[in-house]
Amino acid sequence: MLQGSLILAVALAYLGLLFAVAYYGDRRADAGRSIISTPYVYALSLAVYCTAWTFYGSVGRAASTGLDFLTIYLGPTILAPLWWLIVRKMIRISKQQRITSIADFVASRYGKSAVLGGTVTVVAVVGIVPYIALQLKAISTSFTVASAYPNAAALTSAGGGAVPLVADTALYVALLLALFTVLFGARHLDATERHEGMVAAIALESLVKLVAFLAVGLFVTFGLYEGFGDLFSSAAERADLQALLTLEPSASVFGEWVWLTLLSMLAILFLPRQFQVAVIENVNEQHLKKGIWLFPLYLILINLFVLPIALAGMMYFPDGTVEADMFVLALPLESGQPVLALLVFIGGLSAATAMVIVATTALATMVCNDLVMPVLLRTKALRLQERTRLTGLLLGIRRSSIVGVLLLSFAYARLVEGHYTLVSIGLISFAAVAQFAPAILGGLYWRRGTHAGALWGLLAGFLVWGYTLPLPSLAEAGLLSPTFVEMGPWGWALLRPHALFGLEGLSPVAHGLFWSLLINGGLYVGLSFKTQPTAVEHSQARAFVDALPVSSRAAVWRGQASVTELRQLLQRFLGYRAATQALERFAESQGINTTEPGWEDAVPANAHLMHHAEQLLAGAIGSASAHVVVSSVVNAEPLSLAEVMEILDETQQMMAHSRELQRKKHALEEATQRLQAANAQLQELDRLKDDFISTVTHELRTPLTSIRAFSEIMHDNPDLSAEQRQEFLEVIIKEEERLTRLINQVLDLQKLEAEPMRLQVEPLSLRTIVNEAVQAMSQQMENASVVCTVQPPGPGPGTVEGDRDRLKQVLLNLLSNAFKFCDDTDGRIFVTLRGRANEVQVDVADNGPGIDREARASIFERFQQARPRARAGASGSGLGLTIAQRIILEHDGDIWVSSPPGEGATFSFTVPRAQASTPTDDPGPLGDGASATPDTAGSAGSPITSSDS
Amino acid sequence: MKRQRLIALFVLGFLLFNYPVLSLFSVESVVLGLPVLYLYLFCAWGGFVWLLSRIVDAPEASASPRRGPAVPPTD
Repeated sequence: MLQGSLILAVALAYLGLLFAVAYYGDRRADAGRSIISTPYVYALSLAVYCTAWTFYGSVGRAASTGLDFLTIYLGPTILAPLWWLIVRKMIRISKQQRITSIADFVASRYGKSAVLGGTVTVVAVVGIVPYIALQLKAISTSFTVASAYPNAAALTSAGGGAVPLVADTALYVALLLALFTVLFGARHLDATERHEGMVAAIALESLVKLVAFLAVGLFVTFGLYEGFGDLFSSAAERADLQALLTLEPSASVFGEWVWLTLLSMLAILFLPRQFQVAVIENVNEQHLKKGIWLFPLYLILINLFVLPIALAGMMYFPDGTVEADMFVLALPLESGQPVLALLVFIGGLSAATAMVIVATTALATMVCNDLVMPVLLRTKALRLQERTRLTGLLLGIRRSSIVGVLLLSFAYARLVEGHYTLVSIGLISFAAVAQFAPAILGGLYWRRGTHAGALWGLLAGFLVWGYTLPLPSLAEAGLLSPTFVEMGPWGWALLRPHALFGLEGLSPVAHGLFWSLLINGGLYVGLSFKTQPTAVEHSQARAFVDALPVSSRAAVWRGQASVTELRQLLQRFLGYRAATQALERFAESQGINTTEPGWEDAVPANAHLMHHAEQLLAGAIGSASAHVVVSSVVNAEPLSLAEVMEILDETQQMMAHSRELQRKKHALEEATQRLQAANAQLQELDRLKDDFISTVTHELRTPLTSIRAFSEIMHDNPDLSAEQRQEFLEVIIKEEERLTRLINQVLDLQKLEAEPMRLQVEPLSLRTIVNEAVQAMSQQMENASVVCTVQPPGPGPGTVEGDRDRLKQVLLNLLSNAFKFCDDTDGRIFVTLRGRANEVQVDVADNGPGIDREARASIFERFQQARPRARAGASGSGLGLTIAQRIILEHDGDIWVSSPPGEGATFSFTVPRAQASTPTDDPGPLGDGASATPDTAGSAGSPITSSDS
Repeated sequence: MKRQRLIALFVLGFLLFNYPVLSLFSVESVVLGLPVLYLYLFCAWGGFVWLLSRIVDAPEASASPRRGPAVPPTD
């Protein structure tokens, strides 16, 4: 009923229209006024998902298995909510990384690996070429049906293999589409690989196929029948059709349903043509918002009439004279509606050509960028690296790839002609691209995924796919022995391609999908754990996994802030001058004359300025903090965990710096304190020196004065009696002795302070020394009726290490001190020796008035006047105790004074015992009031009896 | 917030369009002249898309109010 030439003319006119639209789209894009920059065009372009498979094949499948054709469209619908997360992320990444295809995407994620990109390309080409072939076949079949109807022979052998090559419409379709794709899919090279004209044409085609399908659906439902009720009730009368309206309640049917849903979810994400339109051709990611619900809506509409048409077809052609795949076309032809049939043909043509054009463009981009170019660039003989312009070469490769892919598809179509339904080939293609799922989904959300995991997973999955899905199809097509499928290779039942490892009960597609994805995903995860990512992989993994938060901060300051606010912010951190200068420079870079008053108002508070401000601040306070403060005036973006960590990092560094500073400050303070103390000590020493000198001179003058006085008396009075003269001379001698003592002591102290004491250490008995000292003092004490008692009687407490003369000096000083201050009338001195484990202690106690608490603290200092009253005639230099203290300290001993109220004073000192004690003790028995020889010259060393004050 | 709602919707979709919910509607009866399963699938589908459109088109601003003024004041 339809002339072939008419159909051809209309088809050519339609293709001409597409050319025009695409041309117009490209022109507008070049002019910067995109016609596709609307979410509606974006949503329509996504509908490239609906191919001839949808247009013709859905009805075919519905006629045989009922509603399960819907899984292919329900999968994308169920997944649509996640597009906002997954596809948006892909779009961001692709724009940041200048991704041109899905192969590029995978290669880029795993360290920009050429091997991986090439592998993805091969998988995609092998998987998609049969699919393209099916579209070509659908076009030629629909043409044959439309032009030959109702010639039964033509219908049953629709597109049969007998057609000679030159008469095969598919060839001309392929060539025409190659021309279109070359013109609009590879017109010029562009870094973004976007093809606005092509997208515009695709969107138009989506509209046409929807309108055509709705038209035929409405015609069938309301023209051939009286609405849905009539149609369905007619169908319900036939048991075989009734079965199509429900799902058989068996596990295998529902299992199949789940598997197909899953498969189509993966396909909508990873089919190269879907990636092309959804990600690469995306103009603005906000279009996704409308796209993700408009596209499922489109799917609802285009599927609404599939089941009614299938049922009607089954009722109109009950004897199988027309293939179910062609019901859409045959029904209007059968009912004498040639115009509608023509529209349907155009709709089918739209569905097929749209898919072919986009898929071929996507494949050609991959073949060129990820397969051919890497090889050429590595072939040193070609010296491509040295050529500056590769554009011509690239375009040539791109165009040859397009023609190549289409011719390959055509050859495939000729090869398998008549063996497949549309749907089964489509599903096998879906399963092929589903192999990208582990590498891409893993790559988007799992940083640990490595190149080795992705590559080997993909290769293994691809092999299993090939073994379980296309290979048995070849057997079905008669190209391989059917026993291969039924018995397995060489009769190994375990390796039967449709029941691998004995897994039975699944449909071939579900079976192949299960095994290939299991092995693919397993290898991906397993090898990712086993291998270490390289540095490039590592950084790419970060860029991909963190794509959403990272780009939201780096790329766009979407909100607006006022110039004043930004200026205040800058002033706060950079100071007034720097902030003004920075603003002026920015304004000048924007072409604003800063000499005019009010120029600040002209500065646009745009993302540029905010970015500029952030950079300026980053120099001052670190990038993370800068981002936070700028966002505080721009908009309230919630902080991501990563940002918080960055801020913490920076803060930690600053804290480390400040800790260091504090430490140094502390050290400085300590040094200052030490200096101050040293200064105070110097001043004190200075003061002491002054005191010392004045005291010494005073002490020296007293005896000198009396010597002089007595000498003058004797000089002026020559008639003095011999006794008197004798008495005066004695006084003079005594005073002179005192003078000598004093000078000796001063010299002694001087020596002690000037240089370290040189002790002549030997094991000695303190008891002996005590005896000697008491003996030396005995005459003096006897004269003053002072009784000295040494306790305990008997042998001493053992030997100590010490300098004999120095220790004797200590004892003499302490004894003379006690002598001076003991009770006037009943003077008593007690010397007590105590032996301890490591030391020997000597106490020298008097029964004098004692020393009060304040005086005790400073009693060992020079010239300290600790006690108010001394025995008449007994005066000292005030150096004796100081000297004693120094000597004891040099012996590593200790010296102190105690004075319980009303009990006199007790001076005690300790001296360490000898290491290897060899007691040279000579326990001279010494009783109370020991008889003593007068101390004339004192003992060796310093013949001094010292006294306090 | 939007993210969580979308994920919840995805889970809902998975439940609505899968076994065993589908088996509930897989009966040989007719409602409004339409087979029950056919009616259910397209109604649920339409409802799902309606929900999806409501969620994605909801203004994001309610979740994060802006701190800075929307219009730069001129001074």
